[in-house]
Amino acid sequence: MSELTREETEALIQEVLEVYPDKARKDRAKHLAVNDQSVEQSKKCITSNRKSLPGVMTVRGCAYAGSKGVVWGPIKDMIHVSHGPIGCGQYSRAGRRNYYVGTTGVDTFGTMNFTSDFQEKDIVFGGDKKLAKLIGEIETLFPLHKGISVQSECPIGLIGDDIEAVSKKAAKEMDKPIVPVRCEGFRGVSQSLGHHIANDSIRDWVLDKRDGQPFEATPYDVSIIGDYNIGGDAWASRILIEEMGLRVVSQWAGDGTLAEIEKTPKVKLNLLHCYRSMNYISRHMEEKYGIPWLEYNFFGPTKIAESLRAIAAHFDEHIKEGAERVIARYQPMMEAVIAKYKPRLQGKTVMLYVGGLRPRHVIGAYEDLGMQVIGTGYEFAHNDDYDRTIKEMGNATLLYDDATGFELEEFIKRMKPDLVGSGIKEKYVFQKMGIPLRQMHSWDYSGPYHGYDGFAIFARDMDMAISNPCWSKQTPPWKKQPELGDSTAPVAEGELKKVA
Amino acid sequence: MANIMVRKTAVGTYSFYLPKRDLEDAIVSMEYDSADKWGGEIRLNNGGTYYIEPQALPARFPISLRARRLDAAE
Repeated sequence: MSELTREETEALIQEVLEVYPDKARKDRAKHLAVNDQSVEQSKKCITSNRKSLPGVMTVRGCAYAGSKGVVWGPIKDMIHVSHGPIGCGQYSRAGRRNYYVGTTGVDTFGTMNFTSDFQEKDIVFGGDKKLAKLIGEIETLFPLHKGISVQSECPIGLIGDDIEAVSKKAAKEMDKPIVPVRCEGFRGVSQSLGHHIANDSIRDWVLDKRDGQPFEATPYDVSIIGDYNIGGDAWASRILIEEMGLRVVSQWAGDGTLAEIEKTPKVKLNLLHCYRSMNYISRHMEEKYGIPWLEYNFFGPTKIAESLRAIAAHFDEHIKEGAERVIARYQPMMEAVIAKYKPRLQGKTVMLYVGGLRPRHVIGAYEDLGMQVIGTGYEFAHNDDYDRTIKEMGNATLLYDDATGFELEEFIKRMKPDLVGSGIKEKYVFQKMGIPLRQMHSWDYSGPYHGYDGFAIFARDMDMAISNPCWSKQTPPWKKQPELGDSTAPVAEGELKKVA
Repeated sequence: MANIMVRKTAVGTYSFYLPKRDLEDAIVSMEYDSADKWGGEIRLNNGGTYYIEPQALPARFPISLRARRLDAAE
């Protein structure tokens, strides 16, 4: 579809908002905006990180999801106990595909679900005894674990259990760290506060444990922060950073270990990929340990080259030369990928609605393939995310914060993108409309998408989604309806009978 | 009173961060900015103003401080 002008996009927003009652319309209007690159501050055009309206369909998660699912969950050699009723742990188990190396159930526990399985009596009489007991059981059954984190679910905060006291006592007996995390789901407006709480608990309970201990440092120590190794992302990033001559001390948190996290304060530079979920700990390390941090973007060759050079700028000539060597080495491979897929994808349009860093970070990768992002939005961003997004997006493109199910459907029906990048909850709605969708939370069971190797997979996946012949053969249900009334109706009935 | 963090940007200007609200913004003006007296009323790019008790120039940045909100933009 041809590009919309600023007026047309504004009219589209107004039209979509019309169905809401007055109060809801006023509120939602603040969350929808037309991008204007001349605006320096996003808060002038878009409001974010506010409570979702009751009655609309939001796709946000909760603080527990942000802490257990995102920040703590991927730390592989710790056991993360979902403390509370069983559902939260079961439905967040292994869904994010944070890959790791290790023997699950022996020395790594990433895909397992540990829960205290609260029953009515635990709510009535308190669950502290149960927690103490289960920590003992874990120590007996899984002696190779390096530590435990207690991820609170809603009832823990509601009944006022003292998980800190239990954790401290058990940690002393066991001589392993036990981290109580107060990430009850009702805290905050989205998973974003869960990230913050989890970062703070790492700061308070883990990060300073090896202060003053000897460490064989090199001038080239870095850590990869905010890469959750979805489908192997962190590995695809790590090889590039190591190839340019740096030493990766720790990976946060995908395929990461407790020891790596404790050693992070010894590094020279923190490389921050997902700004939203881990900027807090980077800021803390900058203040306490004087470690600078740098946001980087490993989606698509243009951004990778930019990022590698920006990283190298913090180091000496040896590393700068290394960065150029890496860029030059992968150049032919990237040219081949682009030569293969760009002609098939040139001029196609994309709309994104995801969380974290992707709504802005993947724009460069799509542009490398000749595609254009015509709308983007975050589930749980803050203003600083939109500050960074405005520069990446084209003028007069659409921005939507915490979009409701209705808004997203209407925008996509009207703007008719060739591809939608969103989550599993949106996937089948749009595919039934005949619009291909890639699930961009965990790369639609593919990946990695980071790094040069990831870009080749990214390009292939986008091409597979868009060029699949099935889309032209789909008729959405609302278009079928009028046809049933005319001469084709009896045929349809006959077919139904045959099936029956 | 709010806990804030002041850091120096790559170009040498001050940047303001309010962890509680995840508010990051540039400091456009600071009442006192010399070696022996630093702080006072600070004005943010978004129009908000805060007051830091004047003190000696901190030895290193970023630094966490207590600040009083005089006028928040939001």
